[in-house]
Amino acid sequence: MSLRVYAIAYLIFLYAPIALLPIFAFNDATIIAFPLSGGTTKWFGELMTNRALHTAVGNSLFIAVMTSILSTLLGVCAARAGAMYRFPMKAGIMGFIMLPLVLPEIIVAVSLLVVVVQILDLGLSNWTIIAAHVLICTPFSIAILNGAFQNLDPSMEEAAMDLGESRFSAFRLVTLPLVMPGIIASMLIAFTISLDEFIIAFFLSGSSPTMPVYIWGLLRFPQSLPVVMALGTILVALSILLLTIAEILRRRGMARVGVKDKGGFL
Amino acid sequence: MWRRLTATEGGQGLLMVSPPLIYALALLAVPLGAILLFSFWTQDFMAVDTTFTLNNYREIAEKPIYGALLQRSLFVAGCVTIVTVIVAFPVAYFVSFHVRPERKSLWLFLITIPFWTSYLIRVFLWKVILGYNGVINTGLINLGLIEEPLTFILYNVNAVIITLAHAFAPFAILPIFVALEKIDRSLLEASQDLGESKFMTFLRVTLPLSMPGVVAAVLIVFIPTIGDYVTPELMGGAGGKLIANMIQTQFLALNNAPLGAALAIVAMLSVSAISLVFVLLNRRWLKGRS
Repeated sequence: MSLRVYAIAYLIFLYAPIALLPIFAFNDATIIAFPLSGGTTKWFGELMTNRALHTAVGNSLFIAVMTSILSTLLGVCAARAGAMYRFPMKAGIMGFIMLPLVLPEIIVAVSLLVVVVQILDLGLSNWTIIAAHVLICTPFSIAILNGAFQNLDPSMEEAAMDLGESRFSAFRLVTLPLVMPGIIASMLIAFTISLDEFIIAFFLSGSSPTMPVYIWGLLRFPQSLPVVMALGTILVALSILLLTIAEILRRRGMARVGVKDKGGFL
Repeated sequence: MWRRLTATEGGQGLLMVSPPLIYALALLAVPLGAILLFSFWTQDFMAVDTTFTLNNYREIAEKPIYGALLQRSLFVAGCVTIVTVIVAFPVAYFVSFHVRPERKSLWLFLITIPFWTSYLIRVFLWKVILGYNGVINTGLINLGLIEEPLTFILYNVNAVIITLAHAFAPFAILPIFVALEKIDRSLLEASQDLGESKFMTFLRVTLPLSMPGVVAAVLIVFIPTIGDYVTPELMGGAGGKLIANMIQTQFLALNNAPLGAALAIVAMLSVSAISLVFVLLNRRWLKGRS
């Protein structure tokens, strides 16, 4: 019983900062502090007219969409290889691919910065961020897709091939429908991570910032903070929506291949 | 060659895993090698001098600021890890042992949601909570518990630790939860049948069996914490900056990439060394008992 109280208190601690977002987003004062001084929606109105912000959001959406597609493609390869084949050095190879999960992000950021700018002498652009985001999102994609591929029976694809389908169409007609919910869940998670990622984007963004980099710039100016709160409210609502869809799909995918849900993305 | 590769299961598996593997080699292994190489070069105004030298490492060893920053970073990461894991364990235990199986994924989902939502804004909101006119101070003043706002909770190491512990909380819960889920429940009954109390059963059966999860949680919190510069930048004030801030400054503000690279290498080696020692100290818990 006391454990339940503790767990609920812990959830409140986890959600406390987010819960403050809408409070200040609708608060009619430029200072982010108590006491509150009446409701307004003007901060949301300012979001609509801010051109620099729109460019930043455009960059972030492009990066997040490309990242979600590419990291899910790589994730499918790795999850399929991990679940359906035995091959030499399997544990080492899979461990290495999952390494970005625990590597400090600043290390990923500076090492790519050195390669791109100092060694290859290329400019920074949205694509440098996409390259890095695919690297850090692939392990998450794999973790989600593992659930979908784990208990897939390889003999189903073999049966399709025995009945005359080619290897690829067997995959497309038999395996793909079964793992589709996992694929969409993985794309949504990669999209959410990429959209929110700051540490790497700050190092690798070119002249045109992503949304988190733009927000970072705003945090230094007290008068722009209420707008950040309004933006944050929208972002949090959006992430919760996407994550909920991802979670529902992930569960449906596991049910489809008959795996008992052990819960959680990781 | 192609036919031989696709004929065996091992070959097919390697072929299948090769796209993510090549990607990770090109964008992780090669860049890591590049910063290692870079750390032995020096910055000469606009150009990089590529003669091999240990000067960067010598500078890091000799100037006390780098040592102090590294020490503080490791201290903060250690505190964050201890706090997160100790606070998270009961929650993982509760979800694993006291929540009905069909409700478990809902709990885990609720725990992970805040982790995915705008990191920058979450860190900033801690400033709102802990600040001079923040939620805690105005709350305590209104309750009449304090007269002056508390100042020891913003722009110092405490604030950095609180914020990071909040950010990494779900990371600690998940591995512990997975380890607890694996425990065979009949072992607990056996222990109690043999006369141990509930508490002793927890200490002598549940806790040792959950250690692989605890160790994983420690590593998964401790290692990335070193790389964070958002929280120290926003919450740390002058006295709360960490090694990652210095790496960032060297790369972006001072345009001294080789020294930044050397700092990154030193930070990574220290973290790896500590993690390795930690795993070795706990190896008796990690032996596979499936």
